[in-house]
Amino acid sequence: MSPLLEVRNLSVAYGAIEAVRDISFTVEAGQIVSLIGSNGAGKTTTLRTISGLLRPASGEILLEGEPIHAQPAHAILGAGVAHSPEGRRLFPRMTVEENLQLGAYVRKDDGVEKDMQRVYDLFPVLGERRHNKAGLFSGGEQQMLAMGRAMMSKPRLLMLDEPSMGLSPIMTQLIFDTIKELKEQGTTILLVEQNALAALALSDQAYVIDLGRTTLQGPGHELLADQRVRDAYLGES
Amino acid sequence: MSILLQQLANGVVQGGLIALIALGYTMVYGIIQLINFAHGEIFMVGAYGSLATYTWLLPQGIKDSWVLSLPLMLLGGVVVAVVIALIMERFAYRPLRNAPRLAPLITALGISVALQEAVRTFYPDATSALRFPRVFAEGNLALGPISVPWSGVLIIVVSIVLSVLLQVYINRSRMGRAMRATAQDPDTAKLMGVNPDRVIVLTFVLGAALAGVAGLLYGSYITNVNIDMGFQTGIFAFTAAVLGGVGSIRGAVIGAFIIGLVKTIGGQYMPGGTQYDYVWIFVVLILVLVFRPQGLFGEPERVRA
Ligand SMILES: Nc1ncnc2c1ncn2[C@@H]1O[C@H](COP(=O)(O)OP(=O)(O)O)[C@@H](O)[C@H]1O
Ligand SMILES: [Mg+2]
Repeated sequence: MSPLLEVRNLSVAYGAIEAVRDISFTVEAGQIVSLIGSNGAGKTTTLRTISGLLRPASGEILLEGEPIHAQPAHAILGAGVAHSPEGRRLFPRMTVEENLQLGAYVRKDDGVEKDMQRVYDLFPVLGERRHNKAGLFSGGEQQMLAMGRAMMSKPRLLMLDEPSMGLSPIMTQLIFDTIKELKEQGTTILLVEQNALAALALSDQAYVIDLGRTTLQGPGHELLADQRVRDAYLGES
Repeated sequence: MSILLQQLANGVVQGGLIALIALGYTMVYGIIQLINFAHGEIFMVGAYGSLATYTWLLPQGIKDSWVLSLPLMLLGGVVVAVVIALIMERFAYRPLRNAPRLAPLITALGISVALQEAVRTFYPDATSALRFPRVFAEGNLALGPISVPWSGVLIIVVSIVLSVLLQVYINRSRMGRAMRATAQDPDTAKLMGVNPDRVIVLTFVLGAALAGVAGLLYGSYITNVNIDMGFQTGIFAFTAAVLGGVGSIRGAVIGAFIIGLVKTIGGQYMPGGTQYDYVWIFVVLILVLVFRPQGLFGEPERVRA
C-alpha cells in the first residue's frame, strides 16, 4: 500500500535560487506530519510545489502512488489535497460564507450546507459573522476561516502553512486543538510550523528542514527530546 | 431648456451603448490585468455579424417583421462576436499569459487593426459605411419636449437590464464567485480548485456577448455601420471603464453614463461643438484620475502577496 503522499528527491528553484534541494518525506494516511525549520528553509516552497502552484526542478510527488507534480493546481485540489496557504490568503472582499463556498467549489454533493454548519459549530464566531467581509477580521478569526475554508473541500490531505503565525497564545492553542480534532476525525495533515514545540508535540512524524534540505527526521516526541532540535528550534541554548 | 433635456436624453442613450462595451473592458482587466484594446473591434464585428445575418440568412418574410428579425440578428451578431473573442483568447492572449505585460497589450493593438482590415477586405462593400436595417419599432418616444427614437429607448432598457443581470450573476452564482476569487487572488483561487482557463474564457465570452448586443443596438440606432465604429466607441468605453475604476462592474456602467452625458452636453454647449466632444471626455477623465487615481469605484491598490 503506497503512502497517502510521498515526496521523492524534490528540488525547486526560483530562477537561479535553489530553494528546495533534494527533499524526501512521506505522509501516511491518518497521521499528522510536520515540517519544521527556520525562516527561509524552503517549507512554503515545498507546500506550494505539492499543491501545483510551483513546478519541481527535479524529483517526484506521488499521491497514493500516482505522480501529481505535472498536474495543474485545480486538479490537485480535485484529487483531494487542500492547502491553507501562508498568510491565510482569504478573499478579503468576500463574506465568511462566500469564502467557505469557495472552499467547496469543486464539490458536487449536497453535503456542503451541512459541512458549513460543521465549521460554524467548530468556530462559532464564524457563524455569527457569516455575512461579514473576511478582510475585517482579526488574525485569529482569519486563521479559523482559512482552516474552515480548506476543510470545506473534504480533503484527504490537509496542508497548513504556519497556522499559528502572528496569533496570541490562546488563539494558537485553539488552532492546535483544532488540528488534533481534525486528525481524530480522520483527516491527514501536513503541517508547516515555526512554532516547533507545539508542532512536534502533536506530530506522528516530523522533518527538520534547513536551507532546503532535510536534516533530521523522526517521530515528533523523539525530535522534541533531541538536543540538536532543542538547541536550534526550541529557543534553548 | 428643452435642448438641454434633449441632450441629456441623447447622452443616456449613448451612455447605455458605451456601458455594454465598457463591461467587457473592465471584466477582462479585472481577471487578467489586460487592457484588451481589440474589444472595440469585437463590438464592430458583432454589428457586421448581425448585418450579415440579415443580408444573407434571413428570408424576406422574416426581414419584413422586426419582431422576428431582431432576435435572429442578435443571435448572429453575438455568435460572431463570441467566436472571434474565443479565437483571440485562445491563440493570441493565452500563449502570452506569463509574458511581460507589454506583449499582450501590443498584441491587442495588432488584433484590433487586423480585425478592422479583415472586415474591410472580406466583407462586401465594407470600404464605406453600410446601411443597417430598421430592426425595432419605428418612430419616437415623446416625453414633453424630449423625443427619443424607440431604438434609443431599447438601448437604455437593454443596457440597464443586462448590467444588473451581469452584476447579479457575478455576485450570486458559483462561476461568478470563481471570477471574483480569480480577480482578487489568482493563486489562492487555484487552491480552491478554480480552473483559471475556464474563468478567463467565461470572462471573454460574457464581454463579447455584451459587445455583440451593443453592435446590433448601435446599428439600429445610428442606422449604419462602419469599420471605425469599434475604434471610436471602444475609446469611449475604455475611458468609461477607467473613469469608473477598472475592474468594477458598477463603475464601468456609471462611468459610461457620465461619458455619454459629457459627450452630448459638451458637444452642445462647449466651444468646438460635436467635433470636439471627446475633448471634454478626456478633461473629465484627467480630473478624476488626478483626484482619484483608482477611478470612481476602483480598489485603491490590488493586494497581492
Ligand atoms: N517568489 C520567490 N522568488 C524568489 N525566491 C523566493 C521566492 N519565495 C521564496 N524564495 C526564497 O526561497 C527560499 C525558501 O523560502 P520559503 O519556501 O518561503 O521558506 P520558508 O517557508 O521555510 O520560510 C528563501 O531563501 C526565499 O528567500
Ligand atoms: Mg514559509
